Amino acid sequence: MYEILEKKVLSPNEKLMKLKAPLIAKKAQAGQFIILRIDDQGERIPLTIADFDREEGTITIIYLEVGKTTKQLGRLEVGDSILNLAGPLGMPSEIKKYGTVVLIGGGVGIAPLYPIVRAMKAAGNTVISILGARNKDLIILEEEISEYSDEFYITTDDGSKGTKGFVSNLLEDIIQRKNKKVDLVMAIGPIIMMKVVSDLTKKYNIKTLVSLNPIMVDGTGMCGGCRVSVGGKTKFACVDGPEFDGHLVDYQNLMLRNQRFVDQEKHACKVLEGQA
Amino acid sequence: MSVQRNKYPMPHQPPEERVHNFKEVPLGYKTDIAMAEAKRCLQCKTKPCTKGCPVEIDIPGFINCVKLGQFDKAAEIIRAKNSLPAVSGRVCPYEDQCEGECTLKKAGEPVGIGRLERFVADYERLKGQVLPWKQPVKNGHRVAIIGAGPAGLTAAGDLANMGYDVVVYEALHAPGGVLMYGIPEFRLPKTIVHSEVDYIKKLGVKIEYDVVVGKSMTVPELLKDFDAVFIGTGAGLPNWLNIPGENLDGVYSANEFLTRVNMMKAYDFPRNDTPVKIGQVVATFGAGNVAMDCARTSLRLGAEKSYILYRRTEAEMPARLEEIAHAKEEGVIFKLLTNPIQFIGTEKGVLKEVEFLSMKLGEPDESGRRRPVPIPGSEEKLAIDTALIAIGQSPNPLIPQSMPGLKLGKHGNIITDEDGRTSIPGIFAGGDIATGAATVILAMGAGKKAARAIDQYVKEKKA
Repeated sequence: MYEILEKKVLSPNEKLMKLKAPLIAKKAQAGQFIILRIDDQGERIPLTIADFDREEGTITIIYLEVGKTTKQLGRLEVGDSILNLAGPLGMPSEIKKYGTVVLIGGGVGIAPLYPIVRAMKAAGNTVISILGARNKDLIILEEEISEYSDEFYITTDDGSKGTKGFVSNLLEDIIQRKNKKVDLVMAIGPIIMMKVVSDLTKKYNIKTLVSLNPIMVDGTGMCGGCRVSVGGKTKFACVDGPEFDGHLVDYQNLMLRNQRFVDQEKHACKVLEGQA
Repeated sequence: MSVQRNKYPMPHQPPEERVHNFKEVPLGYKTDIAMAEAKRCLQCKTKPCTKGCPVEIDIPGFINCVKLGQFDKAAEIIRAKNSLPAVSGRVCPYEDQCEGECTLKKAGEPVGIGRLERFVADYERLKGQVLPWKQPVKNGHRVAIIGAGPAGLTAAGDLANMGYDVVVYEALHAPGGVLMYGIPEFRLPKTIVHSEVDYIKKLGVKIEYDVVVGKSMTVPELLKDFDAVFIGTGAGLPNWLNIPGENLDGVYSANEFLTRVNMMKAYDFPRNDTPVKIGQVVATFGAGNVAMDCARTSLRLGAEKSYILYRRTEAEMPARLEEIAHAKEEGVIFKLLTNPIQFIGTEKGVLKEVEFLSMKLGEPDESGRRRPVPIPGSEEKLAIDTALIAIGQSPNPLIPQSMPGLKLGKHGNIITDEDGRTSIPGIFAGGDIATGAATVILAMGAGKKAARAIDQYVKEKKA
C-alpha cells in the first residue's frame, strides 16, 4: 500500500498527489514514469513522475481526470492509500549540456517537464521554458519551473494568461532570433502539440525530443500495447521510451492507438458516476 | 492379469457449455477412478517415467500410494520435489515427458501420470491442509529471487526447504508470472495459483510486489544484501510478424490480450477496470499453447468465429495435443498452410482484414520440420476484427540492460551452464530468460537445478 501524503487541487479536474514510495524516490530520474493501480479491480495506468524527494521517500504525480481511474484517484484523500505503485519505469531523459534548450510543456504535460527543467539547468544549459494551456487555470508549476529557467514564457489559447496563441508560435519566434542558436527542443503534452512542435523544428533542423503517453498494461516490455512507430521501427514506449526523436514518431498512429478503448472508458466513467 | 490398455477418461465440461464460461475444462479424476488408473502402473524398477520428469518426482512412488489410497503420503512424495504440483498437473506436456517414457505406451496408452499428479494436488488443496511436509531449519543465508513465475517460485520453494531466507521480487502486482497473466482461467484457475503460492509462503518465502529489478533496484545492489541472486524474469517480450499494418487498432500481442483478460480480468469489465474488445471475428497467428489459449479465450469473450492461422500443418503445431483437441471441440477454425502478408485497416486505422498467402511444405529446415514455401498468386483476404499475434516471446531485456558484464546470447537470453550459473559468480538464472520461450515445467526444472547450484555456491563460499 502506498499512502497519499499530500493532495492539491490544481484546477477543477487536475490534481497533484504526493505518495510515499521510498524505493521509487531513491531511483527516480527526470523523464521516468510509474504505473499505479488503485485497488483490486483497478487497471494499471502510467503517469509520469512530476517530482521526487529522495530524503523524504516520496514521489509526486499530477494528473488530469480524463478516465475512470484518474477520476477515482481524484476522489481519494490524504491518508488514503493506493494498492500498487511500480517504478521508476522507462529510460530517463538524456540530461547533458546541449547549450540552449527550449523545454515546452502543454497542459498536464507541464508536470513531467518540471524535473527535466531542473536537471537541464543543473547540467549547465541555458533553459528557455514555455508553458502552454487552454486557459490560465490550467497553467501549473509556474513558480517552480520559472525558478530554474533563464527565460520563461506562458501561452494560453484564450489569452487569459501570457501570450495568446500556441506554444509553437512562441517557439518559432525564439528560433528566429538570430542571437541564440537553439540546440535542443523538448515537448511534452497533447499529441497534436508535440506533432506541431516537431513539424516546426524539423524545418529548422533542430533536434527535438517528445515524451509519449500511449496506453500501457504492465509497463515492463511485456505486452506491447504501448508500441509506437518511430522512424518506421516499432518501439515500446515503456522500455525504449517514453522519450523519442520527435521527427521520427508516427503521431497519427499514436493518436489512433490511444483511442482504442474510448467507448469502454466512457462506459466505465458512467458506471463510476452512477456510484457517486 | 491384463492391464487396461487405455487411460481412464477424465470428465470434461461439455464444449457447448464451456465456450460460454471461464471455468476449468477438465474436471479431474474422482477418487475411485484415480485409484483404478494408479493400478495400471507396472511399478517398473527402472522408473523410466521419472527420467522424463524435469523436476525428478518419484512417480512410481506416488502412484503406488494413490493405488493404496494413501493420498497424504502421495502428496508428500510429490511435494518433496515439486512445489507447484496443482500447476504442473494441469499444464505439463506429459506426452513429451513422463508419459512419453511410460512402459505401457508400448501396448496402449501410458499411465495418466499428469492426471494423477493433479488428483493428488487437488486432494491436498481441497482438504484445506496444504502444509509444508517439513518445516525447514534456517541456515542463516539469504537468497534473492527475481520474478515470481514458475522458475522463481520453484527455486524459492527449494531454497526455503534447504533453510535459506528467500525474498522474491516481482514486477507485477500478482504472483505466478505466466501462470497468472498468460494461462487462462479455464486451463489453470487462478485460485490454484494463489494456493500454490501460499504454500511457498508457508515455507517462509517472502514475496515483494511492484519491484521492477533493473529499475527499482539493481542486481549488484541485491548482491550486497544477499548471498546469491536468481534471475527468473521470463520471456516477456512479444515477437511480431513484422508485416504492414501490425500497429492498427485491433492487433494485439498474445501477451497484451491474455494479460488484459487473465491477470486484469477484462472478461469481467466494467466490474474490473481493464477493458478488452474483440468484435465478431478473431484470427490468432501461431499454433503453440499460447495461440490455442488466445483462440479459445476469444470464443469465451463472445467472438462468433475464432480462427487459427498457421503456416505449417497440424503435424508441426507446437501446442500440446490436448490443447489442440479442446480448441477443435470448441469450434476454433484452423486455417493451415496460411501465411499472413499484411493487415489492412479502415480509413480510421481500425483493422478490417488480413491478407495471406497459401503455403505448401517443402524440404525440411534446420529444425527438421518441412519448411513452408509460398504458393505464388495464392493471395486471399479474410475479414477480421481482431488479430492476436502468438508467435513466441523473447527474453525480457530489463535486467540484462541494467547489468553490463552479464554474458548474453544472440537473442538477449542470459547464458548459463546446465545448473543456472551465469558469467558472474553469485548470479544464477533459469527459465525462459535463459532458454528463450519454453514450458512451465522446464522453467520449474531450471529453478530446481539452480537452487542446488546456489546451495553449493553458498556453502563453498563459506568454506
